[in-house]
Amino acid sequence: MTDMMHNFELFQPGSLADAQALLKKHGDDAWLLAGGKDSLDWFKDRVMQPTAVIDISGLAELGAGIRDEAGGVYISAMTTLTDVAENALIKDRFPLLAEAAAHVASPQIRNVGTIGGNVCQDTRCSYYRDGFPCYRAGGNTCYANTPTAMNREHTLFEAKRCVAVTPSDTAPACVVLEAEMVVRRGKKEVVIPAEKFFIGPDIDIERMTALKPGDILMGIRIPAKWSGSHQYFEKVADRNTWDFALVSIAMAATVEGEAVTDIRLACGAVQCTPRRLSDVEDLLKGEVPNEEMETLAGRVASSGSKPLNYNHFKQPLMSSLAKRAVRSMSA
Amino acid sequence: MSEELMPYDPTVDYTGEPAIKEITPDGSKHIPPWKPLNLTRRRFLQGVVCSGIAVSNTAILFSSGARPARADARAVERLISLNINGRKRNVDVAPNETLAHTLRYKLNLTGTKIGCNRAECGACTVMADDVSIYSCSTLTHRVKDKSITTIEGIASADGTLHPVQQAFIDEIGPQCGFCTPGQVVSAVSFLKQNPSPTVDEARMAMSGNLCRCGAYDHYLKGVMKAAESV
Repeated sequence: MTDMMHNFELFQPGSLADAQALLKKHGDDAWLLAGGKDSLDWFKDRVMQPTAVIDISGLAELGAGIRDEAGGVYISAMTTLTDVAENALIKDRFPLLAEAAAHVASPQIRNVGTIGGNVCQDTRCSYYRDGFPCYRAGGNTCYANTPTAMNREHTLFEAKRCVAVTPSDTAPACVVLEAEMVVRRGKKEVVIPAEKFFIGPDIDIERMTALKPGDILMGIRIPAKWSGSHQYFEKVADRNTWDFALVSIAMAATVEGEAVTDIRLACGAVQCTPRRLSDVEDLLKGEVPNEEMETLAGRVASSGSKPLNYNHFKQPLMSSLAKRAVRSMSA
Repeated sequence: MSEELMPYDPTVDYTGEPAIKEITPDGSKHIPPWKPLNLTRRRFLQGVVCSGIAVSNTAILFSSGARPARADARAVERLISLNINGRKRNVDVAPNETLAHTLRYKLNLTGTKIGCNRAECGACTVMADDVSIYSCSTLTHRVKDKSITTIEGIASADGTLHPVQQAFIDEIGPQCGFCTPGQVVSAVSFLKQNPSPTVDEARMAMSGNLCRCGAYDHYLKGVMKAAESV
């Protein structure tokens, strides 16, 4: 049979303390398994071969679920993407996040894949995934940024040696909604704002998130601030199922009368982290969204981008998505 | 041509070692050296003898609150019981075994197909507690507490076809038929949750199954037709 996985020991701890003890004992050889959709591909490719796989689906402290929290919501990291996309509370308050979750991969993957796994997943750079010893894998070169490399999925902004992008659809939504990541670090609970949770190669080239070895993401807390605001999500990918975003956009805005009072925008898949469109936000605050503002927003959105050999198309794509997001406010 | 100038020949030069090893020569970072399973003859025999109770006891083992954390917690037992198509099946499952592998090669339920083996085609779709999942990308140990329905369990016991199966025949859904088991299971699972769908909802729900013959519209018509009689 093809794609046979390497031998590993599977642990199914029932409590957080057990999981942490196992993580500590096995150190670098340990691997946390949430939904397992991405993990098993790593194993089948034999690029990652951890000897101890720790299935955290049974942790008593981590029961899947979504609950109301002071007008916002708390989403356990083990909640499946289907549950996030179909939950009445989230659909009502944060339709942006429900939309983003509904656009991940395919129905069967959403039925098992978790929101925690989705925000923590590693980049999809095909060179990195194929086991090339690149910067991100601890090596000393980038295979995706050479004169002949295929890099149409890669970054437009903030390339620091590595040109990989964030693959997550829910990550830009979390950044826009000012979500907080609740992380268990040892015996402490650490709360990391989404914008600081996703890190670029300038901070650590081998990690996509602020999670340190041994950390477990427990849940995502979304404050009430953007509840009920005007929200917009759009993802462009090669196919509407399975494929990762070429560019995605998430927006939340409060509109009073006709003018925008507060707005947050973020793009996925154009940078190693979800990219806040701060210039567009500054441009739109206090303005009435109309055709002129759409055009301006489109121009500003992708300014400063530095495309690689094959991803110039992402610039107009990003501009168009920003335009469409702004247009959704006047519609 | 001297020997040093010979081009790379995988049949001679391929070492079989993971490519990434060259960047971690000490083997400490990503790739630990391969180790056999920590399973002595004694532990294996214990496992065989105790498996019946071990399965039901796992919950108790790990559930008590006030006790020190166990880093020596034992890895999963290989011998487990699965609930498949309403029947209890005892089977020896490796920790790294996928559900598709268990179904096809241990239990002989070969109706479930393996297409891509990477969660990207849908041929292996089965239901776990009425939710459709890709069995090729699910560890069997993850679903030991769930009730699995494969394509073999869709038709009723007397052989009457499920409305979805009948509708797929009527609408000439299958051409080569390789994706059909997955399509049927996806459709059945979807209609259980949404018995009267719109066409768009049905299209969304069936989007996790590829058909290389391109008979998507036939399958979609089949789902809509079956929805009338479910």
